[in-house]
Amino acid sequence: MKADPTAVASGMHFIDGNEACGEGAIAAGCRFVAGYPITPSTEVVEQISRRFPKIGGMFIQMEDEIASSICFQGAVWAGLKAMTVSSGPGISLMMEHVGLAAITECPSVFVNVQRGGPSTGLPTLPAQQDVMQARWGSHGDYEVIAVAPSSPQECFDHVITCFNFAEKYRCPVFFMMDETVGHMLGKVKIPPADEIELVERVYTKRPPGEYLPYKIYEGDQPEMVRVGMGHRIHSTGLTHDERGYPEMNWQAQDKMVRRLCSKINDHVDEISIAQSDEVEGSDVTIVSYGITSRVVAYAVDLVRKQGLKVGRVRLVTLWPFNEKLIKDVAQNTKAIIVAEMNLGQMVHEVERVVAGKVPVHLIDHAGGAMLELDTIIEKIKEVAS
Amino acid sequence: MSDTPVNPVNDLLRLERMPHIWCGGCGIGTSVNCFARAVAKAEIDHEHLHVVSGIGCTGRVAGYVNVDSFHTTHGRAIPFATGLSLSRPDSKVVVYSGDGDLTAIGGNHLIHAARRNIDMTVICVNNFTYGMTGGQVTPTTPYSAKASTTPYGNYEHTFNLPNLADACGAQFVARWTVYHVRQLTRSMTKALKTKGFSFIEVIAPCPTLYQRRNKLGDGVMALQYYKDQSTIQNGADTADVGLSFQSDIVVGEFVERDNLTFMEGYEKRMKEILGDGFVPYKGAK
Repeated sequence: MKADPTAVASGMHFIDGNEACGEGAIAAGCRFVAGYPITPSTEVVEQISRRFPKIGGMFIQMEDEIASSICFQGAVWAGLKAMTVSSGPGISLMMEHVGLAAITECPSVFVNVQRGGPSTGLPTLPAQQDVMQARWGSHGDYEVIAVAPSSPQECFDHVITCFNFAEKYRCPVFFMMDETVGHMLGKVKIPPADEIELVERVYTKRPPGEYLPYKIYEGDQPEMVRVGMGHRIHSTGLTHDERGYPEMNWQAQDKMVRRLCSKINDHVDEISIAQSDEVEGSDVTIVSYGITSRVVAYAVDLVRKQGLKVGRVRLVTLWPFNEKLIKDVAQNTKAIIVAEMNLGQMVHEVERVVAGKVPVHLIDHAGGAMLELDTIIEKIKEVAS
Repeated sequence: MSDTPVNPVNDLLRLERMPHIWCGGCGIGTSVNCFARAVAKAEIDHEHLHVVSGIGCTGRVAGYVNVDSFHTTHGRAIPFATGLSLSRPDSKVVVYSGDGDLTAIGGNHLIHAARRNIDMTVICVNNFTYGMTGGQVTPTTPYSAKASTTPYGNYEHTFNLPNLADACGAQFVARWTVYHVRQLTRSMTKALKTKGFSFIEVIAPCPTLYQRRNKLGDGVMALQYYKDQSTIQNGADTADVGLSFQSDIVVGEFVERDNLTFMEGYEKRMKEILGDGFVPYKGAK
């Protein structure tokens, strides 16, 4: 399926990441957004609120983030592509509905323009401190997909990736922007609509009476439905059976929760997006993601010119974690450095997977500013020597 | 075919889910009976009726009605219904939940949906307690009434729900008890036909918790109380219909308005400002 040519702002633009995210959502076919103002994400919904009345979309500013994070799910069940947008404190409030999206298998996009925390923290300054929250923030066992862009162009491109994942895997998808990438101005190329590939929502073709909303007929996803199709569906946040009816026992729980996880974990190879270069035979490989990967890329270029053998891995999808990729890295390098704008979150995943095979080092930052180029260079030299 | 008469409410129920979870003497089932009849009277096509509930005893209503239905999170039925209603302008969206769910944890959403005049009907079954969790105090528990978390009697001020809904701009506001089944059915029918936000408070007994803990007897005794001490005052000033412990209950239809709905207001403004550049939101149609 291609994007709608009457809505896509095709052409070259000089815009920031937040605006690019809004345009990307429009290109992805999103026509319902519920949100609540919060720095540094607000420009996304401001852009949406300007554009939607001209393209037949609906933006509603709700009374809080709790409301926003479930309001858009009502629109999804009506048959729309929809999302909500926020930052740290708002995302914390939304966590219950991340769980609702997971258990009801509602295709959901949560945009998080990250800022420093905890609590009100640093509203106007960047961080990458919500990586583990995205993965574990709501109670219970479930899986999510998370994507981290590093430029305004990627804010456009990868919010579309998020919508496509949401449709394909019917789970909560986090778009893990940050303040820097959100407010960074850059050249953004919005392609013609017919060059934008979208995953269309496929509704069940089974007639009422021959369809159960949570039964697996083919593959490992139930077939999607929307209201008004005649199936009289019931959707609940309680543990449920194939009919969607509450089923309060461990057997139903086991079956449901394991499937909610396996439907993501069995597709890591298809979901995973990463970039790596010169890992093989390197003395050290540096792993990073989001805006931090831009500084890391520059640092690696500089030290390579000085003759150091340094590999580089950039994770675009953060969750599900690509264990195979990191295991391969550990086979082909002598040490790993993880650089992130937090006091060490993704490094735990890397350490877990590497399991002592090579040393794993951390370049951390408490948030509020980008990692310094010199800090990265020094650490690379220290570990490589 | 047998000649056994079919209960007229069966059509709206998921009979395969019976028996329901509600206790003997509970008023929720009675309200659902009235609702089923109101849906028929309002001639609402079941494919265009969607019921959304929060959490709690009344929150289970969504699971028993045979329409597209959603059992959401605690207090958040209204914002879910907001997204659904805006995106399905051809459907009627009903939020069916309890006093704790709608007025405590969900209170903020209740007042804002009424203020925005979102096209939905909210049915609030008020049994003065959190039934599902064992009978704790709610914003509607009367002063001095005992609850499991007010073992010495409630000492907080209480909500006057019709007054709250009225003040926030609801287009139709009514209150009945589950004794008043015909009147309740009539008001539900009216609410379903109301354009914009309508609100019905249904006073109902919780014999297992509220009645027992306050030594008020069983469900039948509650109905006797409703019969003896309710006065019908259609058009009453909602400021005067507050409740206190075992007080007289003013019932009736209190408010009828015809203001622009959220969607009408949106379209009007956008047409004025954007003219032909405005593309109305059609939702999923």
